[in-house]
Amino acid sequence: MSDRISVAKTYKLYLGGKFPRSESGRVYPVTDAKGAFLANAAHASRKDLRDAVSAARKAFPGWSSATAYNRGQVLYRVAEVMEGRRAQFATEVAACEGIAAKKAESIVDAAIDRWVWYAGWTDKIASVLGAANPVAGPYFSFTVPEPTGVVGVLAPQSSSLLGLVTVLAPVLASGSTAVLVSSAERPLPAITLSEVLATSDVPAGTANILTGHAAELGPWLASHADVNALDPTGATPADRVTLAQEAAGTVKRVLSVPDTEPDWTAEPDLSRLRRYLEAKTVWHPLGV
Amino acid sequence: MTATTSPAAAPDTPSPLADVTRDEASLRRFLHGLPGVDQVGVEQRAAGLATRSIKKEAKRWAIDTAVSMVDLTTLEGADTRGKVRGLAAKAMRPDPERQDCPRVAAVCVYPDLVETAVEALAGSGVRVASVATGFPAGRTSREVKLADTRLAVEAGADEIDMVIDRGAFLEGRYRQVFDEIREIKAACGTAHLKVILETGELATYDNARRASWLALLAGGDFIKTSTGKVSPAATLPVTHVMLQAVHDWHERTGELRGVKPAGGIRTTKDAIKYLVAVHEVAGEQWLTPDLFRFGASSLLNDLLLQRRTQVDGHYSGPDYVTVD
Amino acid sequence: MGIFDYAPAPESRALANLKEHYKPFINGQFVDGSGEPLKTINPATEETLAEVGTASVSDVDTAVKAARKAYTSVWSKMPGAERAKYLFRIARLIQERSRELAVLETLDNGKPIKESRDSDVPTAAAHFFYHAGWADKLGYAGYGPDPKPLGVAGQVIPWNFPLLMLAWKIAPALATGNTVVLKPAETTPLTALVFAEICQQAELPPGVVNILPGAGDIGASLVAHPDVDKIAFTGSTEVGKLIQRTVAGTRKKLTLELGGKAANIVFDDAPLDQAVEGIVNGIFFNQGHVCCAGSRLLVQESVAGEVLEKLRYRVSTLRVGDPLDKNTDLGAINSAEQLAKIRGLVESGDAEGAQRWTSPCPVPDRGFFFAPTVFSEVHQSMRIAREEIFGPVLSVLTFRTPDEAVAKANNTPYGLSAGIWSEKGSRILWTANQLRAGVVWANTFNRFDPAAPFGGYQESGFGREGGRTGLEGYLDV
Repeated sequence: MSDRISVAKTYKLYLGGKFPRSESGRVYPVTDAKGAFLANAAHASRKDLRDAVSAARKAFPGWSSATAYNRGQVLYRVAEVMEGRRAQFATEVAACEGIAAKKAESIVDAAIDRWVWYAGWTDKIASVLGAANPVAGPYFSFTVPEPTGVVGVLAPQSSSLLGLVTVLAPVLASGSTAVLVSSAERPLPAITLSEVLATSDVPAGTANILTGHAAELGPWLASHADVNALDPTGATPADRVTLAQEAAGTVKRVLSVPDTEPDWTAEPDLSRLRRYLEAKTVWHPLGV
Repeated sequence: MTATTSPAAAPDTPSPLADVTRDEASLRRFLHGLPGVDQVGVEQRAAGLATRSIKKEAKRWAIDTAVSMVDLTTLEGADTRGKVRGLAAKAMRPDPERQDCPRVAAVCVYPDLVETAVEALAGSGVRVASVATGFPAGRTSREVKLADTRLAVEAGADEIDMVIDRGAFLEGRYRQVFDEIREIKAACGTAHLKVILETGELATYDNARRASWLALLAGGDFIKTSTGKVSPAATLPVTHVMLQAVHDWHERTGELRGVKPAGGIRTTKDAIKYLVAVHEVAGEQWLTPDLFRFGASSLLNDLLLQRRTQVDGHYSGPDYVTVD
Repeated sequence: MGIFDYAPAPESRALANLKEHYKPFINGQFVDGSGEPLKTINPATEETLAEVGTASVSDVDTAVKAARKAYTSVWSKMPGAERAKYLFRIARLIQERSRELAVLETLDNGKPIKESRDSDVPTAAAHFFYHAGWADKLGYAGYGPDPKPLGVAGQVIPWNFPLLMLAWKIAPALATGNTVVLKPAETTPLTALVFAEICQQAELPPGVVNILPGAGDIGASLVAHPDVDKIAFTGSTEVGKLIQRTVAGTRKKLTLELGGKAANIVFDDAPLDQAVEGIVNGIFFNQGHVCCAGSRLLVQESVAGEVLEKLRYRVSTLRVGDPLDKNTDLGAINSAEQLAKIRGLVESGDAEGAQRWTSPCPVPDRGFFFAPTVFSEVHQSMRIAREEIFGPVLSVLTFRTPDEAVAKANNTPYGLSAGIWSEKGSRILWTANQLRAGVVWANTFNRFDPAAPFGGYQESGFGREGGRTGLEGYLDV
């Protein structure tokens, strides 16, 4: 009795709620840490990026105007579905990052818990970052944090799942929508995460995940006039400077990131959430 | 209706409200002095009433009543006499295999097809309604609108569905809108006039309330939500506002006027929600085709399918209703 | 009988999974209580629903010990992120079993299924969901970098929103790291005990939550227990004062959510039809069994006639009847005792000269029911203007100016809530500023959200539930 032949998965882009191939038709081989072939990943082009930004913009009004409670429910559902695919994620992370199964499992657990942490923020951000302003006059003045819009993210090159979740979840938790370029050499967990997003009530276009090269796509993301903020984590330190300069052309909010990838297991602070929020202050007089 | 003593007021306006239409300024003061409509509040009330559960005999009654309130409509550039004749046949006999199914209230067509409809429906009791006044946009001259109306009336239309001049309304030229409705009403002769507000373009519930009162003051027999050519068309909350208007009009003047939501009402479930709104907002008196209509085309088939389900005791399918 | 009768549309009673016997929940198990079992009835029919074992004073001690052990050895050592996941599980289980809980709540309490299904149960789930997210974020709540819980919380809740009041108490207590012993109301213990099953399904560590059915004496015993660190009470002002006295001088932290006599202020520029909806919701939602009910309508004199006419028309469309019927708007009064109280105060309204109007709607001939009633020509000095009726009875007073509205609204020892109806923003904000009430609703009423703190001024109690502010009651800060 011969061994069963497995049905190999095709890895495609996640764009506008669907899984298309790159419009360029390009792919590139993805190997494991030892160099063995894993799959051909779609090689996203600038036109894919353009389409992703368009999808993210289209999804923004719906996602940002959903109640914070509703966003929290959707993000928690993502965690539930991730938990269901724990074994699959662990296998992919172990292969991509060349680590032992047990370590890969603990990374997956941390990624799921990270997602839950962010899900619990959606309906608390306003209480923590907003305020009633004690102005010197007969006015009621309050400040609320509002999502900035479309956020472009270059995901970390090394941490294929935990780092990915840590850079993506805050975008969605803030109420913004995302266009994310995955790690070039370790993209597979990103596509499996896309499958989770696609089956977890996340509206189409809210998150768009492109497999490809940060060096190629970064500049198009940074200069795109319809992208409001940029997380340049996945770019090299030198490229980050160029990207920040490009981003200045449209006054994007650019996240400051350390030169090397941090320890992603540490609990994050609020800096990513804050970067993707605008403070809106409203005044109204009090009087009969 | 009581006669008015003020010569400047519209002769048809009941006397408690005669002064209100005296001039542009008075009309504006009156309309802008109506209480505002809180959007969240009215939408919540509409959503709350939409949870009413109508079952068994009540559901059967509601389906039959809804059928009898349908203005079966075709308003397409591609309408032909054949299309209108087919629709007329359906209007008279919605479910050929169920003789106890009521007929609809009216057939609604463009003015140049009124003659065909009148001939096809002769003696059936189904009325002929025609759109007019440059439907749907209403962007043409007063003379053309009047000619459009006369075309329909002279061809035998029982009812005229006119559109208000939304441009004039949004500019605040209320007196112009008012005068136009009155002139069209006069051109209707004995035909009933429905006044389409196009609430989707008026945008706010406050405007929907003001336009409702304006149309009632000008003598409209029915106020109608939409042309069905613009989205959003009829919605439950905007219909609530209009039902409240005819209710308040009746309290004020003793007169009964009707409401017609049109466009976007596709299912029996939706239709029943509207009937509940009529019942609880306007009042039981309005649960008759004389005072409430549905402007719809595909709704009828869903009503027929649900009617079959109620009567036959199992779910029905599209092959059991006709495509006309 | 009109032409459009809706026909009975009852929700299925079988969904409630009623058992013949229910038991107290201590240390993760359902145990025989050593108190006298009580029979809980359906107030709409007066039939017995189930027998419920109650706690005795010794059971209170057992439960507190279990809560203390769970706190010391498990719950206080558990990282917030893990506590959070238990609470998320509980929230999801409530959502999954929501239909069962709604039908059971309606049977036990008498409120319309429409309300338990669309309001009580979803909001209870939301409270657990919201507070779950705080469990690992307490350093951001504004109480310092690492605020600590208090320990064991004793919680006593009323009969008007049994499951929802349980959620308001247990969710923040657990999220902040405390363990709890909770006593549901004597007439409405059932959903609390199904909640206990949910705790088991969520695999919550034993002793973290304990539920003790019983009467007022068991509540008093819990309040007086020396090893309880925190007391949370929602109920009458009368009992709240007793509890405050009992706890005075001890180290126990206390929060109280008591009665109210809220003013619902309608200005002449109100969106009138929605104001009428708000008045109706304010006093007839949950049969008026609401501490924050808008039980005093303060209407500007110049629009009083018009408002009252619209109000009477609207109230006469309210459907009073079988709470399990999906079309019922007003269900049963919770008990014979409460019905007698309502009747007594209504008689005083007649005796003191107010004008009574009662809806002509049909009312069931068995069960505890009271038709919606509106008293006009009410003055500040009448009992129906000062005392909490806790039933579907509205008292209508008038005012001339905004200052007078505020003065009349504030002229009460209570201060839980208030309503303001006006289309003028500055007037709303000015009035909200002047009102001595913990919750002010403008152009709406009875809106509850776990993110929005709720609680009263003066004799309506102290402490808040919900939001960042609500966490304070369960932290050692």
